Amino acid sequence: MTTDTADSAAAAAIAPAADPSFLQRHGQAIEYVLIPGAALAGALVVFGIFVALFGKNPLDLYFYMYYGAFGTWFSWQNTLARAAPLILTALCTALPAQLGMVIIGGEGALLIGALAATSAALALPWAPPLAVQFAMVIAGIIGGGLWIMLAGALRQYRGVNETISSLLLVYIALAILNHLVEGPMRDPGSLNKPSTREIGAANMIGTIPGTDVHWGLVFGLVAAAAAYILIYHTTFGFAARVAGGNIRAARIVGLSVGKLIMTICFLAGGAAGLAGMIEVAAVQGRTNANLAAGYGFTGILVAFLARQNPLAVIPVAILLGGISASGGLLQRRLGLPDASVLVLQGIIFVFVLASDALYGRIGFLKGKG
Amino acid sequence: MADGGIGLWTVPLAVFGGAIRVSTPFLFVSLGECITERSGRINLGLEGTLVMGAMSAYGISYLSGSPWLGVLAAGITGALLGALHAGICSLPRVNDVAVGIALMLFGTGLAFYLGKPLIEPTAARLPAIDFGWWSDIAQVRAALRINVLFLIGVALAPLLYWAFKTTRWGLLIRTAGESADAARAMGHSVLLIRLRATMVGGFLAGIGGSFLSLFYPGSWNEGLSSGQGITAVALVIFARWDPMLCLWASLAFGGAAALGPALQSVGMTSGYHLFNAAPYILTLAIMIITCSPKRTLTGAPAELSITR
Repeated sequence: MTTDTADSAAAAAIAPAADPSFLQRHGQAIEYVLIPGAALAGALVVFGIFVALFGKNPLDLYFYMYYGAFGTWFSWQNTLARAAPLILTALCTALPAQLGMVIIGGEGALLIGALAATSAALALPWAPPLAVQFAMVIAGIIGGGLWIMLAGALRQYRGVNETISSLLLVYIALAILNHLVEGPMRDPGSLNKPSTREIGAANMIGTIPGTDVHWGLVFGLVAAAAAYILIYHTTFGFAARVAGGNIRAARIVGLSVGKLIMTICFLAGGAAGLAGMIEVAAVQGRTNANLAAGYGFTGILVAFLARQNPLAVIPVAILLGGISASGGLLQRRLGLPDASVLVLQGIIFVFVLASDALYGRIGFLKGKG
Repeated sequence: MADGGIGLWTVPLAVFGGAIRVSTPFLFVSLGECITERSGRINLGLEGTLVMGAMSAYGISYLSGSPWLGVLAAGITGALLGALHAGICSLPRVNDVAVGIALMLFGTGLAFYLGKPLIEPTAARLPAIDFGWWSDIAQVRAALRINVLFLIGVALAPLLYWAFKTTRWGLLIRTAGESADAARAMGHSVLLIRLRATMVGGFLAGIGGSFLSLFYPGSWNEGLSSGQGITAVALVIFARWDPMLCLWASLAFGGAAALGPALQSVGMTSGYHLFNAAPYILTLAIMIITCSPKRTLTGAPAELSITR
């Protein structure tokens, strides 16, 4: 599939129209762009009709959505800052999907990663900032990684469905977070919003020079690229895809499926845990209930819209980051409730899944013979 | 508790009363999901259906003044969401688990959107039957104030058990769940059977939601259901797709969920959030004990994607 994409780009550069079978030869690659794009457009139309029912002008809606997401440099920065955790939580669903597993517990791994990263920072008050930040990254990855690995282990060794167990773990993670920030880890100074102590301004990871976008975006881009290389250009990734395609064949050729599941789940949870670390070290500065902002759940949608491809996750995360960034403007200018972003996300999700039926069925992309 | 007298007995009593009160949504969602899963499809979207049901029941009860109209509206909303789920799933190559996740997000989002103006006003609530009239102790009376919906749910469980076993519809649903080919060979449309089973399942889950907003806790807000729908879906799996076992499991879950508030009422507030997570931990624990990687679960419908 990847070589297809590369080939199609190369072919397009040389002689796009000269070859009559161009569409047929690259039908699959074109489908992967065309069908999700059409699903997205369909969802936007339905959402437009939906807000029109409440007496809002859909054209205003589209304009403010575009303006709030990509219209200005300011909104671009807002969008990119939101895309950073989305890339990472999407990987939490996209990586296990290579094995045929449906993990939807990224939100839980994010919360545990945030708690672990905050604990690491608070445990090292004397260390230089770079060391603290490194410890936070490691703690966030390990915390989130173990959390999703638990769901993987339950699936592998006890046959517990990973979709349900990973979602139950979200609620358990939230309970642990609330327990710790209101109890043992509470900063006595945080009155209205129970929180942990702050990790300290020096330990914040800061912004990319020349922008207001924090370094978390770079973390996300690197993680997505690494995940892509791991899945498509290493023997480990090849083994994972074999196991995802046919688990019995994988066992017959001697792959250790258990090891694959555990490793992939650890990496997946680690990505979401890193998102939690970023939210602490770049945005919140401490752990509190604000962290449960739904990045983990939007990440599921990002992964499905990107068809579980780690590289495609990047543009999709930016797109959905843009939608959530425009939420504030929609509230102020159109008086739409903040949940309108959730409604739109839900409609997009439904359209994207329904569009799965279209693959291989678009007439002009099909070969004649 | 100044007149007190029953001291620490408050906790088991509150757990008992809570088991009855809190179990009702679990019961309705799990019975609904039981019907859907028996037909060979899993609907993870019932979490969203539950929240949508709660919101629409509250809204209609507020507008019409009749809580029972609200219950009906919740059921219809649930059935429509079920129809949406079944409709998308009947397209070729669409995964029912993924559609469920999508509808979970869609349902909660839509409920939050439409429910924004409903957070402030107070709607007419469902009445309760006072089974504790004989007692002078306030806590006993509180524990025995039982809602009619609970009684309906309790009656529904054996009814469904009987219906699965003996009626034509029960047989059709089970056939679609065990072997789609067999159902097709008998000249029935599997998609149509599953559409109806998912709509009925959604109807019941919607009613479960109406209980949340119209009786206990008895108001509409965005934190009304956190995972109760998905817990109930998990509950069906270890209830082995048996409506009677769904009933007992729901009661056990209600009790577990009531533990947190019960302990808080006697002044134990330190582990409050952890006790509130008891139903999720219990679900996970029971799934760990009852599942096995070696064999498929006994009683599992053979067409169900989640157990294959």
